[in-house]
Amino acid sequence: MPEELFAFGFLRNAVLASLLASIACGIIGSYVVVKKIGFISGGIAHTAFGGIGLGYYLGINPLLGIIPFSLGAAIAIGLLSRKARVAEDTAIGAFWAVGMASGVILIGLTPGYAPNLFSYLFGNILTVPESDLWLIALLDLIIGATTWMFSKEFLALSFDEEYAEVSGVRTTLFYLLLLCLIALTVVILVRVVGIVLVIALLTIPASIARVFSRSLGAMMLIASGISALFSLAGLWLSWQLDLASGATIIILAGLAFLLLHTVRLAVSFLRAR
Amino acid sequence: MTREILCCERLSVELGGVRILHDLSFSVREGEFIAIVGPNGGGKTTLLRVILGLQKPSGGSIRVFGAEPGHTVARIGYVPQRLFFDRDFPLSVRDAVLMGRIALKTPFQHYNRQDREAADEALETVGLDALGSRRIGALSGGEFQRALIARALAGNPELLLLDEPTASVDPGMKTTIYDLLDQLKTSMTILLVTHDTGTVSRFVSRVFCLNCSMVHREPPSAASGGAGIEQAYPYPVDLLVHHAAGKADVTNQP
Repeated sequence: MPEELFAFGFLRNAVLASLLASIACGIIGSYVVVKKIGFISGGIAHTAFGGIGLGYYLGINPLLGIIPFSLGAAIAIGLLSRKARVAEDTAIGAFWAVGMASGVILIGLTPGYAPNLFSYLFGNILTVPESDLWLIALLDLIIGATTWMFSKEFLALSFDEEYAEVSGVRTTLFYLLLLCLIALTVVILVRVVGIVLVIALLTIPASIARVFSRSLGAMMLIASGISALFSLAGLWLSWQLDLASGATIIILAGLAFLLLHTVRLAVSFLRAR
Repeated sequence: MTREILCCERLSVELGGVRILHDLSFSVREGEFIAIVGPNGGGKTTLLRVILGLQKPSGGSIRVFGAEPGHTVARIGYVPQRLFFDRDFPLSVRDAVLMGRIALKTPFQHYNRQDREAADEALETVGLDALGSRRIGALSGGEFQRALIARALAGNPELLLLDEPTASVDPGMKTTIYDLLDQLKTSMTILLVTHDTGTVSRFVSRVFCLNCSMVHREPPSAASGGAGIEQAYPYPVDLLVHHAAGKADVTNQP
């Protein structure tokens, strides 16, 4: 593939998109795993489908349509579950479906045919234009800078939220901020694996990384590396076998996840004997 | 005359229509070591939550260091009752203790050398200095409890609140923790929620018996026959008669 990398601009863009997406994926995925908010992330991602519909309807880049929808979903789900005494999974379920429904209606209202719709649902990293690379890089920068600035608040929030609150940390505010960063990560990952598959890339690399990490920072680095590995290997494999790239990446990640935990189970079983 | 650290007047708390604390009045002065005992559901943890500003009272008033609860967080060290926590959390013991400094920092600041030194000092105080780089999930129950105490001490608090720190540790570790508190009481005011009605009376200056309202707040003397403790617990208890000198006699109530 290396010589093809330079021959085809779209392949170079695909590799760059994989690497850039892995940065956000490693950082935010680590918080998602240690704070156990995978399904909120899934809810935010699926609500974002409404944003894709909005993008088609307005005739703008659907990624730009996702941003207000996923941020809105993050804040609404967070506030409903924290302040309005709505069970978190109820809020997630409601937004998940309503977001997808509004996407379907907006796409239906758009005259003509909706091109590439499938690629937003399941990702198509081979069609990333250069303008999207810049958008992804900008979002990476926002995500990286914010988590660096508030690293001690996010750590305290993840490890022991009650203690953080007792210590004067504005936990609801930082929780909402974290959900917003997840929303921005969703925007990035939609390009790589699509709305439906985002949740796997937010959880699998970080959960593998956790096994080998002694600090949250190390976990983020390792998770980014693992995510890049899955993305590039999946890209190569899908190129070689002519498969859907997003799905290939997820299948690879899922197999590695299963393998690791099977081995861990076997090791602890043998040790116990 | 020592300073007043904590003052409750006619404090009441209701949760979802259920009365948890009723008409509670007491004050705590600097340097006191107070044990709060009472049956489960008696409102001990709720009282701590009110002091910490996590729970709003439904009536009466409470002042912590002369201010509303939640406004003097940097002066309070809190040791929560944590039976369950994520053993897989990627965090070293030292970094967990470092979190005890967060109340002293503003959001944009990172921990600095001074914070790290305070965390190391707190680890040394609780005797965990050798385990600082160990993963938090690899600690035993008693070690974890001491790490939580170290986290509370890292911020150099004036008031230490502990919620059943010995609930899940073996008797040997219990003694270690009480010896530690006995040593700490010379430098800070301590409020301890516990079920160890027997052990604590050797260390503390006063015992509060809490069952919705304050049933008894002075050490039960031989004369009163420990009526207070009996009122607090709806069942027979091992009663310790607590003398001013700090010695304790065990009286077994029928």
